[in-house]
Amino acid sequence: MKTQYQKAWFFVLPVLLLVAFNALIPMMTVVNYSVQETFGNNLFFWEGLGWFEKLLHSERFHAALGRQFLFTGLILAIEVPLGIIIALSMPRSGFWVPVCLVTMALPMLIPWNVVGAMWNIFTLPDIGLLGYLMNTTLGIDYDMTQNPFAAWATIITMDVWHWTSLVVLLSYAGLVSIPDAYYQAAKIDGASSWAVFRYIQLPKMKQVLTIAILLRFMDSFNIYTEVFVLTGGGPGNSTTLLSIDLVKIALGQFDLGPAAAMSLIYFAITLLVSWLFYTLMTKDDT
Amino acid sequence: MTIKLQNITKRVGAITHIKETSLVLEPGHFNVLLGQTGAGKTSLIKMMAGLDPIASGQIFMDGEDVTKLSTQKRNISLVHQFFVNYPHMTVFDNIASPLKVAGMAQSEIQGRVEEAADILQLRPMLDRYPHELSGGQQQRTALARAIAKESRAVFLDEPLANLDYKLREELREQLPELFAGRGAVVVYATSEPEEALLLGGKTALMDDGRVTQFGPTAEIYHNPHNLASAQVFSSPPINAASITKQGAKATLDANTSWSLTGPAANLKDGEYTVAIRPNHIMPNQTGRASVILNGTVLVTELSGSESSAHFEMGDNTWVSLAHGTHPFEIGKPRQFYMDPSHCFYFAPDGALVA
Repeated sequence: MKTQYQKAWFFVLPVLLLVAFNALIPMMTVVNYSVQETFGNNLFFWEGLGWFEKLLHSERFHAALGRQFLFTGLILAIEVPLGIIIALSMPRSGFWVPVCLVTMALPMLIPWNVVGAMWNIFTLPDIGLLGYLMNTTLGIDYDMTQNPFAAWATIITMDVWHWTSLVVLLSYAGLVSIPDAYYQAAKIDGASSWAVFRYIQLPKMKQVLTIAILLRFMDSFNIYTEVFVLTGGGPGNSTTLLSIDLVKIALGQFDLGPAAAMSLIYFAITLLVSWLFYTLMTKDDT
Repeated sequence: MTIKLQNITKRVGAITHIKETSLVLEPGHFNVLLGQTGAGKTSLIKMMAGLDPIASGQIFMDGEDVTKLSTQKRNISLVHQFFVNYPHMTVFDNIASPLKVAGMAQSEIQGRVEEAADILQLRPMLDRYPHELSGGQQQRTALARAIAKESRAVFLDEPLANLDYKLREELREQLPELFAGRGAVVVYATSEPEEALLLGGKTALMDDGRVTQFGPTAEIYHNPHNLASAQVFSSPPINAASITKQGAKATLDANTSWSLTGPAANLKDGEYTVAIRPNHIMPNQTGRASVILNGTVLVTELSGSESSAHFEMGDNTWVSLAHGTHPFEIGKPRQFYMDPSHCFYFAPDGALVA
């Protein structure tokens, strides 16, 4: 069809306006900040790409970015296999299905700052259930306000607790959409349960898993509230992820120019990785 | 290879799906399971395949008790009514899947898949995916998988039911050849009596979870042992009515009676059920079709060279099926003619008596 329908633009217009207001215009203000130096009394000086250049050479940024990738990599490496295993072991029919589904969905319903606060109290060495158990009962030195390793273990565990359910629910949805006939055919072929997983369940789950991994990547890469409430980025800078560092720069130091430049780089990385991942996962789809 | 079923029963909750069934199925010919939907054909196949649990009884394959053996270890093939192929695998990989699972060498897999593909004319489609195939090609892929596997038993559960008429005829003709000389027990479930007759071999008639009769297909068609078997193995449904026998005379109603000859004449006087196939009820009087039936025409159908008429006669609705086209007027009384030498007589408990 070669015909051009000029009317189509008219129909797209409302969406364009909506996107302009909730994405493009706020983003352009960030772009505006990122190329200027800001002072009080609304004084602005042109900076060009200076902030970007400085940021890309800054060790502080490299360290925060490294921590961010480590965090996201770890939680994906744990949540995805764990979520698949849980989904595989859930019943496919009967009384326990709704019980399992609701139990699984519960952690996701809790507000993020509450999750952070819960785990903060939970892990306090003197009164927290986990902290007390580890330190006093088991005699393991566990204090995430002092020990970076403990802090990392805690933020990873918290995220796994909070978000594995998402992978579980999506994988489960993929699993229950597989007709019994395929399982029967596989049995008749003589397939082992590993072969059934590899050749029937995994291919069927591929699409939902792509969505799950993409969502978990974006969410964990942009994580702020839970970690901020739990550790505040400490001890030292050990759990200062990108978003936490960004807020420190923007609101703590009120360096709007560098913070705006950092936001844009942050956004570009998220976008690029998501795009790369999605393209790789769907490239051999027929 | 033989499959022997010994008193097998299947229950789901409180409902019995298969009742105490015993059968011996042998290779070299088709073993047809013929019955209406819900008669238990699929249940029986699933039990033999090990996909459904057995409440009681035993299954033997070549004398070995496989009742508790898992499906994976039974070395069987199953082709469903709906087309089951792995959607993300090519036709080649679909046909090869049981061989790969068995750990066969790549060169041998290649040979076997190509042989099966040649038999089913799938050679040009080996690189395609199932969703790129027509229904007939998809079902041929499923059949090729069963052939390439060379399993000891092949279960075909109404494999042609979802295909269009022409393909069905074509594949049905090929099926017996495909499996001939392979030594596997072939079990074929169908709800169409005509299909059982065309496939030949042996037929097990199934009704309400029981095998009512089992034997060479033509033989049980001509000699149903009971009313249920006669009903299952007739399309359109066999005509049946209660009669009163007195001396050498059978009386259907006030206007209809005929004289009995042969073994029927020697029966004890009393109530019986008469059954006669629609193709023995004629719209015109001929030499042997001499008993007059007075009916009212309800429905008529013309199918190719045959025409059928459903007519009401007292409490019974009977069907006549005859060659050629015949003038029927719906709602009008009409006489039909029956050849009593084709009648089956059943005792009140359903057993054939003459």
